[in-house]
Amino acid sequence: MSITRRAAIGASLGALAASPFLAAPAVRAQAPVELTFNYPIAVGGPIARIIDGYCDDFQKANPGIRIRQVYTGSYQDSITKALTAARGGDAPDMACLLSTDMFTLIDEDVVVPWDGLPGAETSWMGSFYPGFMENSRTGGKTWGIPFQRSTIVMYYNKEAFKAAGLNPEVAPASWAEQVEFAQKLTRRSGDTVSQWGMQIPSSGFPYWLFQALTTQNDVRLMNEAGNQTFYADPKVAEALQYWLDLAQKHKVHPTGIVEWGTTPRDFFERKVAMIWTTTGNLTNIKTNAPFEFGVAQLAAGRKPGSPTGGGNLYVFKSASEAKRAAAVKFARFLTEPERAAQWGIDTGYVATSPEAWETAKMKDYVAAFPAAAVARDQLRHAVAELSTHENQRVTKALNDGLQAVLTGRSQPQPAMAAAQAEAERILRRYRG
Amino acid sequence: MRMPRFLHAWLMLGPALLLLAAFTHVPALATLWHALFSTPTPRRPAVFVGLNNYAALAEDPIFWQALWNNLLYALGTVPMSIALALAMALWVNGRLRGRTAMRIAFFTPTVLPMIAVANLWLFFYTPDYGMIDRLTRLLLGWGPTNWIGSQETALGAMMAIAVWKEAGFFMIFYLAALQAIPPSLLEAASLEGASRGRIFWRVTLPLLGPTTLFIAVNAVINSFRLVDHILVMTQGGPDNATALLMTYIYETGFRFWDTAQASALTGVLLAVLAVIAALQFSLLGRRTHYR
Repeated sequence: MSITRRAAIGASLGALAASPFLAAPAVRAQAPVELTFNYPIAVGGPIARIIDGYCDDFQKANPGIRIRQVYTGSYQDSITKALTAARGGDAPDMACLLSTDMFTLIDEDVVVPWDGLPGAETSWMGSFYPGFMENSRTGGKTWGIPFQRSTIVMYYNKEAFKAAGLNPEVAPASWAEQVEFAQKLTRRSGDTVSQWGMQIPSSGFPYWLFQALTTQNDVRLMNEAGNQTFYADPKVAEALQYWLDLAQKHKVHPTGIVEWGTTPRDFFERKVAMIWTTTGNLTNIKTNAPFEFGVAQLAAGRKPGSPTGGGNLYVFKSASEAKRAAAVKFARFLTEPERAAQWGIDTGYVATSPEAWETAKMKDYVAAFPAAAVARDQLRHAVAELSTHENQRVTKALNDGLQAVLTGRSQPQPAMAAAQAEAERILRRYRG
Repeated sequence: MRMPRFLHAWLMLGPALLLLAAFTHVPALATLWHALFSTPTPRRPAVFVGLNNYAALAEDPIFWQALWNNLLYALGTVPMSIALALAMALWVNGRLRGRTAMRIAFFTPTVLPMIAVANLWLFFYTPDYGMIDRLTRLLLGWGPTNWIGSQETALGAMMAIAVWKEAGFFMIFYLAALQAIPPSLLEAASLEGASRGRIFWRVTLPLLGPTTLFIAVNAVINSFRLVDHILVMTQGGPDNATALLMTYIYETGFRFWDTAQASALTGVLLAVLAVIAALQFSLLGRRTHYR
């Protein structure tokens, strides 16, 4: 049996001998470099197919390299798996993980910076939007290459706008206007609300959405070195008061915790007229919204603003020289303008370099679907997502404080002071 | 040649003991050992810290909240799922049309993976258009309730899922036990003129004793162990309202990477479970009637 199979393969190889791959004996003699690439996807579906396609195309173009892509679940699962594997001496060679995991990965000493790897030129690392690089660099080194990146935008129901007597082409531009619009859009029948004016999700990772409010209120949550937070700044409590007031004072936003996962569904069901969520939801909403919808930049407080979010590509320390070089090649392949543009069109994630937006296919796409460019235009005002040493713990302190306030257990000012005290306790030893 | 008795016994016990030791006893002891050291990092190897990790737990308000939540969770889910399991078993044990369909219906939640259950219930609990809110509006005229998004209801909502998931499983044990009760005992009781309620209290329930003990032990263990739905639905939130010991261990160990602290937490969990199991076997076990 095995003989016949081998003979069959031999015959088919003979038939293919004219192909350039087999004609180059030097390439054939070398064992291919195998690159393990962890990617955060929970189950199959469109994104897994796109990534599979990239891996195949790359291998065709680079016969000496084999990509072994491993889908590792949510971002949270992915960092857990990568670190567990690294501790067990079996780290991946390359992985797409949250940009905010940068300090954790550095502290665990499992990644290397891209600078100085063969083929990683400064011009390439400088070709991305600066807003995305804020979370990818620290201490003068580039640790992450932006890939699956996003930001928060507002989606609104144009039909609801018309019904409320608002111009469906104009989204609220300021905090005051946002309240005013939301009041007009909130529909009550007796005690119950049939349509809320707006909602900002607060389950799981409320800090991310809250960071949009703090940025708009002109205050930063952490320093660049990732060893200090500013939760106790009065402007932070002020931003939280605004969020709380939407629900408590103006009664245009559901009370308690708003579930992140069901927010798009609430929007489809016309239970809410304006929602904040990631640009990564664009394709989902485009496919499923049963009405005409608009996409807009978030309303400005003292200034406009939103945090960036999403995943970067990292190279692991345990990868050999040859694998590191292959990782650079693969990362450059993934971020080529043409491919980045197609990736943005297919998924709704923001193509990470200005050149990608200059490609013909992206220009055509934006011309037909202007909403796609909203996230890019908002990047000018974007700041780095909250990220520090012991990121999960420091972030949890803020999350707990936010949820305590939103569920009515605490007031903004004391809750933020408590969160700051906890963050301070954790971060003190990373200073000086 | 006859094998000595003890060798025979050890050969029979060997495989099970080996597996138990490798996957239960050794890891448990290793965890207790690691709890006495600090968490190693690339720059700082682990050092012996004695009981410092436990002292840190005592000062940690989230730990106390998780412990308290877990006690409430156990008190809420254990009696509820046992009572419901017994009621369902009694019902589908009788002569009833569509009995098999009922049994399957009650058992279905047990078959579903907890992660799927959690995603299902996420939509049941959605305020306003979720199934639960529609039911409460129709039957009770209530307004929308943010079940998993407010402090007061979140833990209760998690308990309801656990009861829904477990009762069907326990029902199977009760059903088996009910069918093992000799009909002659029930007939004798009714010949003596005992009412149906009296037969249940004096004959059926005592005969179900060993099953109840078994179920009770399992239900208590599950109330500390089955937390997948919480990780999916609330991640312990809002503001730790649904944090249980197990979710806190996971968070400390695999999100904060503070393995020493997580080991100390595991030590506490082991101690709590050991005490409860000892109490159950000594108190309930003594009153249980085995045939």
